Amino acid sequence: MMSSRSGIHGRFDVAASAEAEGSAASAHATSRAMTREGGPLSAESRATPLEAGRATRAEPAVPAFAGVSPLERLEMELLLEAIHRHYGYDFRQYAPSSLRRRLKRRLEGEGLATFSALQDRVLHEPAAMEALLRDMSVNVTGMFRDPTFFRSLREKVVPMLRTYPSVRIWHAGCASGEEVYAMAILLEEEGLYERSRLYATDMNAEALEHARTGIFPIARMREYTTNYLQAGGTRSFSEYYTASYGAALFHARLRENVLFAQHNLATDTSFSEFNVILCRNVLIYFDRDLKERTLRLFGDSLSPLGFLCLGRRESLRFTKVEQEFEELDPKERIYRRAGPPRPHREVELEGHLDRELAPSSRPTRTRGTG
Amino acid sequence: MRPNVVVVGASAGGLRALEKVLGSLPPGFDVPIVAVQHRSRESELFATVIQGRIALPVREAEDKEALAAPGVYLAPPDYHLLLEPGGGLALSTDEPVSFSRPSIDVLFESAADTYGPGVLAVLLTGANHDGARGLTRIRAAGGVAIVQDPATAESPEMPAAAITRGAVDHVLSLGDIAGELVRRSVS
Repeated sequence: MMSSRSGIHGRFDVAASAEAEGSAASAHATSRAMTREGGPLSAESRATPLEAGRATRAEPAVPAFAGVSPLERLEMELLLEAIHRHYGYDFRQYAPSSLRRRLKRRLEGEGLATFSALQDRVLHEPAAMEALLRDMSVNVTGMFRDPTFFRSLREKVVPMLRTYPSVRIWHAGCASGEEVYAMAILLEEEGLYERSRLYATDMNAEALEHARTGIFPIARMREYTTNYLQAGGTRSFSEYYTASYGAALFHARLRENVLFAQHNLATDTSFSEFNVILCRNVLIYFDRDLKERTLRLFGDSLSPLGFLCLGRRESLRFTKVEQEFEELDPKERIYRRAGPPRPHREVELEGHLDRELAPSSRPTRTRGTG
Repeated sequence: MRPNVVVVGASAGGLRALEKVLGSLPPGFDVPIVAVQHRSRESELFATVIQGRIALPVREAEDKEALAAPGVYLAPPDYHLLLEPGGGLALSTDEPVSFSRPSIDVLFESAADTYGPGVLAVLLTGANHDGARGLTRIRAAGGVAIVQDPATAESPEMPAAAITRGAVDHVLSLGDIAGELVRRSVS
C-alpha cells in the first residue's frame, strides 16, 4: 500500500526537478525515479513546486461545461491546480468529461458536497489523495483482453522481433500489470522471453506494488484462459500460476525480466528506447494536447521501425505523428514507426537500467507496506 | 431551443426501436445523434446491421472524434461513451455502471454537463433501469427528456423506471418519437 506522505511527495520532486533542470537532466532524474520507485529523493534534486509548476505551463484550460454552474467549474479547476502544485500530479490536461465523472465519484466516496471541500481534504489528508489517485488511475485491464490483438502480436510482430538480438518493451500505464504478465507468457511461448526486457510503468505506486506481487483473483482465470486460447496460446494457461486461497500466484519467472517503475506520462520524459510500446486505453483519458505530447514521447522512445500498440478504439488519425507511422494492423491498432534510423541515444541511461535488471540488484519493495 | 445534440439510450429490443426512430428521420437530419445500445462485448456488427436499415450515416464512435451532422454515433461494445466540451466524443473503460458498459447514464450525464439545455434525450425499450438517473440530470440542466411509452416497448422496464422517477417531459409511442425530434430540431 502506498501510504507515506514521502511516497507521494517523492514522486512530485522527480517531476519538479525534471521540468526545472531541462531535458538532459530530466532523463537522468527519471532514471532515478525508476530505480528509487518514487521514494524520497536527496536534497539536490528538489525544486520548489511554484517554480517547477509555473515555468513551463500555460494557464490550465478551463473546460466549458454548459450544464455545470460557473462556481463549480471554478472549484474543479482550483482542485486540479491544488493537486498539481502540492503533489505534482497533473490532471489538468485529462479528458474533461471522464475526469469530471471520476472526481464526482470521489466526492461521493468522501461524502462531500463540493470540490472545494474535496480540495481541503486532499491537501490535508494524504490518505484522501491516495484514494483520489486510485480513482484517477483505475484502468480496466485483464490478461489477453482483446484476444485478437494478442494473436496479431504473435503473427505479425513476433516474427520481426525474432530477428533482433534483444527486445525491449515498454508497457506505458500498466496499472496492476495483467497485460505485462500476458506479454511475458506470449514471449515465453515464442522463445523470446530470455532476450526480452519489459519495462512496466504507471503513475500509481500502489498499482505497481500489486503488479509486482503477481497475485490476481482466481475468479478471473476462467475468462483469462478463454482469452489466452483465443489469442493463440500454445500450452495450458494453468501452467503459469499456482492457485491458493482464492488467488492465482503467477510464477516468478514471468517477472524476472520485468522492471516495474513509476512514470507519469503527463509530466515525465522519455527514459530509454524500445522496440515495442504498448499503451492501450490510456490515451482516451487525456485531452488532445496531452495525447499529442504523449505520442511525441512515444515517437522519441521507439527505435526505428519500432511498434506502437494502442487500444482498440484509439488511433493516430488526425494527430501530428500520424505521418511518422504506418499501420501494420489497422483493426488491432498496431502501428510501425517509419523513417530513417537514428543514432542511439542515452547510452549511459541504458546501462543504468540494465544493471537494475541484473539479478543481484533486481528491485524489490523499497517501501513498507504499512 | 434548438438542441445541440440528440442522445439515445436503448437496451433489450433496441435494434428494432432504433431502426424505427432513426429510420423515420430525414436523411439530412442536421443534429448529431449519439446512442448507447446495450450489447455484448463481441457484437461488433451492430453498426453495420443498423446502417443496412436506415439512411442516416451510422458509425461506431472513435475516441476524440468530432461530432458532425447528419450522423449517428454508436458507443462501441465494452466502452463508455461520453460527450466532451468542444464538440467531441470520448471513450472510457471505467468500470461498468449498473453492470453496463456502455452505460446510458454515463452518456446522458456527460451530455447534461456538457450541453446543459442543448440536450434532447430519448430513452427507449429495455429490461433494466439504466438511463433514469441520466434523464434526471438532463432535465435539471434544462434539457428535454422523451421516453418511449412502455406499452409500445418490447421491454417496458427501462422506460417505466424513468417515468416512475419523474424524469420525463414527454411519453410517446415509438411511432411518434421521430416526429417530435424533427419538430424540436427546426426553429
